[in-house]
Amino acid sequence: MLGLKKKDLTLLGVVAALVIFAPFILNPFPADSAMAQFNAGYPDLMQRFVIFGIFAIGFNILFGLTGYLSFGHAAFLGVGSYSAVWMFKLLSMNVIPAIILAVIISGLFAMLIGFISLRRSGIYFSILTLAFAQMSFNLAYSVLTPITNGETGLQLTLEDPRVLGETATSSGGIPVTNFFGLEMRATETLNLGGWSFQFNAGYYLCALIMMIAFYISIRIFRSPFGLMLRAVKSNQTRLNYTGLNTRPYTLAAFVISGMYAGLAGGLMASMDPLAGAERMQWTASGEVVLMTILGGAGTLIGPVLGAGFIKYFENIFSKINENVLHQWFHALPDGIETPLVWVAEHFVGSGWHLTLGLLFMLVVTFLPGGLVEGGQRIGRLVRRRGESKKATQSTPAE
Amino acid sequence: MDAIILQILNGLDKGSAYALIALGLTLIFGTLGVVNFAHGALFMIGAFCAVTLNKILNLSFETVDPSRTDFLGNPMVVKTPYVEGWFGPEVGASIIDWSVPLSILFCIPIMLAVGFIMERGLIKHFYRRPHADQILVTFGLAIVLQELIKHYFGANQIATPAPDVFRGSFDFGAMLGMDPNVIIYPYWRLVYFAFAALVIGGVFAFLQFTTFGMVVRAGMADRETVGLLGINIDKRFTIMFALAAVVAGMAGVMYAPINSPNYHMGMDFLVLSFVVVVVGGMGSLPGAVLAGFLLGILESFASMNEIKSLIPGIDQIIIYLAAIFILLARPRGLMGRKGVMED
Repeated sequence: MLGLKKKDLTLLGVVAALVIFAPFILNPFPADSAMAQFNAGYPDLMQRFVIFGIFAIGFNILFGLTGYLSFGHAAFLGVGSYSAVWMFKLLSMNVIPAIILAVIISGLFAMLIGFISLRRSGIYFSILTLAFAQMSFNLAYSVLTPITNGETGLQLTLEDPRVLGETATSSGGIPVTNFFGLEMRATETLNLGGWSFQFNAGYYLCALIMMIAFYISIRIFRSPFGLMLRAVKSNQTRLNYTGLNTRPYTLAAFVISGMYAGLAGGLMASMDPLAGAERMQWTASGEVVLMTILGGAGTLIGPVLGAGFIKYFENIFSKINENVLHQWFHALPDGIETPLVWVAEHFVGSGWHLTLGLLFMLVVTFLPGGLVEGGQRIGRLVRRRGESKKATQSTPAE
Repeated sequence: MDAIILQILNGLDKGSAYALIALGLTLIFGTLGVVNFAHGALFMIGAFCAVTLNKILNLSFETVDPSRTDFLGNPMVVKTPYVEGWFGPEVGASIIDWSVPLSILFCIPIMLAVGFIMERGLIKHFYRRPHADQILVTFGLAIVLQELIKHYFGANQIATPAPDVFRGSFDFGAMLGMDPNVIIYPYWRLVYFAFAALVIGGVFAFLQFTTFGMVVRAGMADRETVGLLGINIDKRFTIMFALAAVVAGMAGVMYAPINSPNYHMGMDFLVLSFVVVVVGGMGSLPGAVLAGFLLGILESFASMNEIKSLIPGIDQIIIYLAAIFILLARPRGLMGRKGVMED
């Protein structure tokens, strides 16, 4: 079905189920219990899960398949956000034209940058993309202020023309983003016993788009084009010696992944219509690299897992502060509690980036294949143990 | 003419910083073959060595001076730094005044230790891994170091003044026999340039004229053969890594008065330093130094008002534009050799 093999179809089905039932799955604790702070089932965070999922899926098409490590992918995300917000300002508050423009503009931008950067490979490529991204970031902050609104970030105002829509609502406010009238912030709350589940229109739109993006990425992975990209990763020199020009293939991969990033940026602006230059900073580029690596570069599901993992822990870790830590450890004697809290508070709250950096180092050092490889290793271990048990059973000790 | 001299002078101090960091990066790359994204963090740690020493020297004890009163009429509490108590007020005050140059001595053991631990603890395991892995792990390390500094020193810039003698400016134009007040140049920037020239000269002399340096150069050219000759080349490369860390650290210490240290200064310099290394040619020490100064001067020319009014925003992107142009025209960089990083 859908041109997929059975295994991929199952994977797609599992992801679809997870995404559709996410408001339930991410809300395992009753709303007023002490564990409610570990719930992640609220619209803002769920939107971020799927949007960064799209970003990471796109990055994986470039890095996972061709091995080209781009350190400037956040630039495309930023360009996508800016173009979407301009669409809201000039045309209408409907998200569809905004998203389409975001994808097109970032695709063109990626083509320009890719055309130059892909002349070099390896570390040169990483540095060229980094240079381009920093250049865009600097320009967005300085000269391009009429387009990007500099440090304040691009926002909607009451004076925007919005040719096809309305400049202001009848009550005099700025209109909200919508999908043919369905407001993105519309949320249904379902109260079930102690639990309250939230269903958000914006989330489901993002989720639908992510499923399409995921499907396209599976098709790319399984296509002859994907095979060619893998060949580039394993030995580009040999490909060149067979008389094949690899650059069109790598450029296509670069543009596709740039368009994915633009799509993510457009969605981000659709959920919350503002865009700032900090989205283009190279730490943002580093984050998507980390998501992909953490989940497992070159695997289908890895980037989605990595994005979810990082965004979830970012949210949880940033919420914890010293008082919470004291609450957790207060059963311990004071002599242990104080140093334990002292150590732990480095890693939580605003120290989340420290945890992120450490995680980065640990994953690259010990688990280069990411979570997917970790899962496979555990699976193999369990299976082997089961087999060895069987073996000992069949041959008695004495 | 005077405008040109002024811009060249302005470019020198930034160029010196680029050259010093790029020199360290190239040393590490040439010896160990590792792409070190944490090198900017080493530069930042150096700058914070200066901040720390300044803070330590300013540690004070409090005494009550009954002869003076504060604005409430109580006896005034006078803070005296310990060093003034120990060495007498005059010597103590001048020690505090000279805290930045003194920090160089303070930073050398620290940077040696940091470099040594980094190489033995982390980088060692990445010699045989792909460059992408090296970039990623050192990128993670850079984040960790940066966040630790942020945790202990805060996110704001910390002003670290240069010694009083060097705080002013001097009239460079008058010295050259031109009109006075045309080329005014701060003393400390000249000190920074002289210092950078000294360090760069020292590193080159060390590599060129000592037996140790000769072995290291041989190892850079052909690591395997040097190993086969019975020389423990790994040990020497570890020392070179620590040395590169010291160079970055000293560059950071001396840069503290020019630009007050903050936790992300390392990252800001790192991106540019990598561009410098690539422009100079991967693995070429003279190339790194040359490109550092060239790009520094280019940047200061681009920030002239005449040029900025012609092409707005050019000062922000000139280095990246130059890098793109050079990489496309001369893919190996200005002085890159064949066979280095040609994957």
